[in-house]
Amino acid sequence: MRAGMLFPAMVVLWSGLAFGQTEVVEFSDESLRPRYQQLIEELRCPKCQNQNLADSNSAIAVDLRLQIQSLLEQQNSNAEIKSYLAERYSDFILYRPLVDRRTLFLWAAPIFFMLFAATAMVLLLRRQRRISDDPGNDPQIVISDADQQRLAQLLNTRNDRR
Amino acid sequence: MSPRLALFVPLIVFVVVAPFLWLALDRDPNELPSARIGEPFPAFSLPSLKHPEKLLNTADMRGQVALVNVWATWCYACRIEHAMLNELALEGVKIIGLNYKDNRQEATRWLNQLGDPYAFSIFDAQGSLGLDLGVYGAPETYLLDAEGIVQYRRVGVLDQRSWQREFAERYQLLVSGDVD
Repeated sequence: MRAGMLFPAMVVLWSGLAFGQTEVVEFSDESLRPRYQQLIEELRCPKCQNQNLADSNSAIAVDLRLQIQSLLEQQNSNAEIKSYLAERYSDFILYRPLVDRRTLFLWAAPIFFMLFAATAMVLLLRRQRRISDDPGNDPQIVISDADQQRLAQLLNTRNDRR
Repeated sequence: MSPRLALFVPLIVFVVVAPFLWLALDRDPNELPSARIGEPFPAFSLPSLKHPEKLLNTADMRGQVALVNVWATWCYACRIEHAMLNELALEGVKIIGLNYKDNRQEATRWLNQLGDPYAFSIFDAQGSLGLDLGVYGAPETYLLDAEGIVQYRRVGVLDQRSWQREFAERYQLLVSGDVD
């Protein structure tokens, strides 16, 4: 990418953060604003479910943003606000699933799969190395002694011809 | 287990999980199950639509198995649903209206024109009751038992098919359980 493209590209890509929310939000205490911003980005719009509350223009998103603002002004903690919304709209409204008994499997599964895959790979590689170190002695291949002799003969003959 | 056999494990996992995924294909991911199922209808104090001097509250939601239908004049799908509601009301189903973020005059005119299937309608001008209930888009229909406990919620137009599939059996069970 040319250097001259970089700045316009940044402007286009980062301006995505400004979509959706068009109302001006006034806080009695400006320190509430970063929490507000974080909450509306972390919560899912129940109607437009692939958007967060910050990006969505649907009526329910507007209402919920107002409600979050009001709850912040009433000195609720982030946890209290999330719990308030989850009580009404279910855990689905939280983008980060809580880690409890049900979701533990969801969180742990990828790690288990990776561990499993890694173990299988290591064992496979070790076995292959063992075989290539000693090709005549692969424990998986069962072959009668007579056939083994024929095999050795054939292999030797082929090598001589080369 | 030899490493070669171990390579079959992903296939086995897939075969086990696949039926669940197949079943889930049928479900509309946009329909959230209500977070209020099993809980009492939220506390509220709001005026009646047609009789503004009358204040309604949760006590009015108890006493009989009922549907609570979230509707508004700005909701096009609610108009489509209305004939079905009229029919159900004629068949004796008690339907309570939740007029959601609407204009009182237009709402009253609407009912006069299209018929009023509702035992009464709650006028929720700000949508505060809607928020406590977990409403996110009209039309929605809730099923309440005689104690006012939320038993089921449908998001979307209520037609014959969805009534049969989602409500009829539940409704019957609640009503017959009631007669004792």
